[in-house]
Amino acid sequence: MTRTVDVLVVGAGPAGLAAAARLAAAGAGRVEVLEREAAAGGVPRHCSRPGFGADARGRALDGPAYARRAVREALRAGATIRTGVSATGWAGPLTLDVTAPTGLERVRADAVVLATGARERPRSARLVPGTRPAGVLTTGELQRTVLRFGPRRERIGRRAVVVGGDPVARGAARTLRAAGVDVVAVVTGLPSPAVAFAGAPVLVGAVVTELLGRGRLTGVAVRGGDGRTTVLRCDTVVFTGDWIPDHELARARGLPLAPGTRGPVTDRDFRTAEPGVFAVGNLLRGVEPALVAAAEGRAAAGAVLERLGGRPWPAPGVPVTAAGPLRWVTPGLLGPEAAPLLVRPERRLSRPVLTVAQDGVPLRRERLGGTLVPWRSVRLGPRWTSGVDLAGGPVAVDAEE
Amino acid sequence: MSVTRTGPLPAGEAAEYDVVVVGAGVVGSAIARALARHPLRIALVEAADDVGDGTSKANTAILHTGFDAVPGTLEARLVREGHRLLGAYAREAGIPVEPLGALLVAWDEQQRAALPRLAEKAERNGHRTTRLLAAEELAAREPHLGRGALGALEVPGEAVICPWTTTLAYATQAVRSGVDLHLNCRVEKVRPGGPYHRLVTRRGVLRTRLLVNACGLHADAFDALVGREDFTVTPRRGQLLVFDKFARDLVRHILLPVPGPLGKGVLVSPTVYGNVMLGPTAEDLDDKTATGTTAEGLAGLREQGGRILPALLDEEVTAVYAGLRAATGQEDYRIAAHPGLRYVTVGGIRSTGLTASLAIAEHVLGLLADCGLDPGPARPLAPVRMPNLGEAFPRPYRDAGLIARDPEFGTIVCHCERVTRGEIRAALASTIPPGGLDGLRRRTRARGGRCQGHHCGAEVRALFGEAAREEDGKRAAR
Repeated sequence: MTRTVDVLVVGAGPAGLAAAARLAAAGAGRVEVLEREAAAGGVPRHCSRPGFGADARGRALDGPAYARRAVREALRAGATIRTGVSATGWAGPLTLDVTAPTGLERVRADAVVLATGARERPRSARLVPGTRPAGVLTTGELQRTVLRFGPRRERIGRRAVVVGGDPVARGAARTLRAAGVDVVAVVTGLPSPAVAFAGAPVLVGAVVTELLGRGRLTGVAVRGGDGRTTVLRCDTVVFTGDWIPDHELARARGLPLAPGTRGPVTDRDFRTAEPGVFAVGNLLRGVEPALVAAAEGRAAAGAVLERLGGRPWPAPGVPVTAAGPLRWVTPGLLGPEAAPLLVRPERRLSRPVLTVAQDGVPLRRERLGGTLVPWRSVRLGPRWTSGVDLAGGPVAVDAEE
Repeated sequence: MSVTRTGPLPAGEAAEYDVVVVGAGVVGSAIARALARHPLRIALVEAADDVGDGTSKANTAILHTGFDAVPGTLEARLVREGHRLLGAYAREAGIPVEPLGALLVAWDEQQRAALPRLAEKAERNGHRTTRLLAAEELAAREPHLGRGALGALEVPGEAVICPWTTTLAYATQAVRSGVDLHLNCRVEKVRPGGPYHRLVTRRGVLRTRLLVNACGLHADAFDALVGREDFTVTPRRGQLLVFDKFARDLVRHILLPVPGPLGKGVLVSPTVYGNVMLGPTAEDLDDKTATGTTAEGLAGLREQGGRILPALLDEEVTAVYAGLRAATGQEDYRIAAHPGLRYVTVGGIRSTGLTASLAIAEHVLGLLADCGLDPGPARPLAPVRMPNLGEAFPRPYRDAGLIARDPEFGTIVCHCERVTRGEIRAALASTIPPGGLDGLRRRTRARGGRCQGHHCGAEVRALFGEAAREEDGKRAAR
């Protein structure tokens, strides 16, 4: 059976819920959110640490509290949230095939907002050699294990190695310790860790070269910065960070991906190449904080309402690409209005000079104070993109130290 | 009929068999299934905690025609027969097979010159439908192929198959037809005797009139237990990369290398699960447990794969694994009857064992008769219809009728592979339930997708734990 709604949001994480709340409140009609997990809220549900903003009285929210509030706000605004329901593919433009315990459906919408989030690359995608034992996790699987079974060592392991050196790795180490698991070492390819890892030795400039053990992990071989290989005895290894957008539906619709982010290319207002289809949140580029993703969801609402109001889909605009030591930039397309850019460096850059140029001609060139780091994005205000020639060639964002 | 995994083996008459088949890989399971047609007491004994846990689970998953076998060998005959038998059985049992056909792609003049000889060899093996393709036609058939392909030999009939379902179907049908399957049951000693041989296993003693060695990589070691030293198995490691389902549209056929003086090369092949496989390496090793991948192996595969199908390297890697083939230094199987010992060795079943399995089983039945087995009248086997793991066939998450009957089939647990809670529960309650999460993956695909359990790992473990607790409860109640 085919049902029609005004807006279909795929994914009830911070971005999807924020978009749904804003749209429902603005009178967008029937706004339906599909969530394939059994509960709505997205990744914050698994993150029991502060860093998710504050409530009305100024008290810091942890992830689960933030997720509950986001769900509440979307429901209160009048959106429908359906959990345990999977969008499995496209039956046509703006029509999704859905599998639910109640049966199969086709849902047609005037606007589809993709908010499917991101995942960490598992060991295999990182091409880490060795055996295939149990005890090899990502941060996400570790957190879901704790959510499912409680912080219980017998459900995780006794001795763990954490791979990564950024705040996500620190989160994994804390989650392990809270469950009573010894963190034997943190292995990072960074020349120095991004954050402090209290109590665990940090091996810098190091890489895991092999997983050992049959049945259960017995250790990981690590090549250190000095080129020497040592074996760390452990029964658990957590691969952290290294995000890739969960872009399955976007690709299934043939939406072009940005090479740097592997997320669908959008303009400033989160419009993709397909009329009526929007993309928001961490689907666009891997992980940003929940508050950033939610802000994007809200920001997309204006353009979604325009779409519902019958405004024609604008021409695609001018492509924007990252160059030099920059890994990615979003949005991937610039239209007539100046847009802020989100930029992520490949490596640490101290007081870099950033250039936005079109067809080799600099539009703006400015030295940034402070240091850019590969685990945090920097936002460049709209003034950086004013003066783009819509008839011109691609815009490149570059940096030098 | 029973499946045991733990505890002492049955004693007394219950531990007396007409035939014990040692090794529950694809070959041993096929032999047990063939024997199960007859009114015999049969046991299938396996050292690991699941069927198909060795070479049978980690191979290239191709149903070969045998076009390139050495003409006149036993292998050539059994592969040809096995291809036909397994093709028919797969339809009946619900094993996913996709008859994509193969293209042997020539990348240099020497390889192109070899194609007519390969066509001739195929003809001597009874395959008359091969065809030479010029570069233009090849490019039209495989538009994503890398630059420099000079032509190809087309081999219709080559197919991709699910190796996990195949072994499991044989073993399931064997058990349902009366075979006892004893897992976690390594045979440590054999005391030949009459009328019964005694097998001392980790879980107790079994007695059997006739004995079949289907130990794969360990067939030489098992021969030694019986006092035979006819050959040595040298494990040949094959590392493989499995690419994301987004790579599936890049390739339409099984792309085989042209064998040459510099080695066999690697293949690029779709899988029935909708992925693309690249490999295998071929490394002769001493260690029969060395199923790890190596940095050099994976880098080498990527380099070769990038030449064959450049766009492949832009896609994510879903899985990396390695399997060991049982090479014996001879270009044929090592299947031998030892009538004095009432013993049949089924050794040296190299990379073609999956394809040939049903034909090997029929052949072994004949050898057992030579060893004195009177199988008695044949009767139909208990029917078996396996859950479908193939993308080319309907999957439960798209089956409205099934979901209406049981909403659990409308609840997707493993999102990457679209595996429902209904399928996981069914596998956990099946004739041969999985012994662990990897066994569950081979029965359902759960945790086998691009996220490798990032999203569903905890939930799948919870479902497995529930089933294990129920099983413990039942055992305690008994």
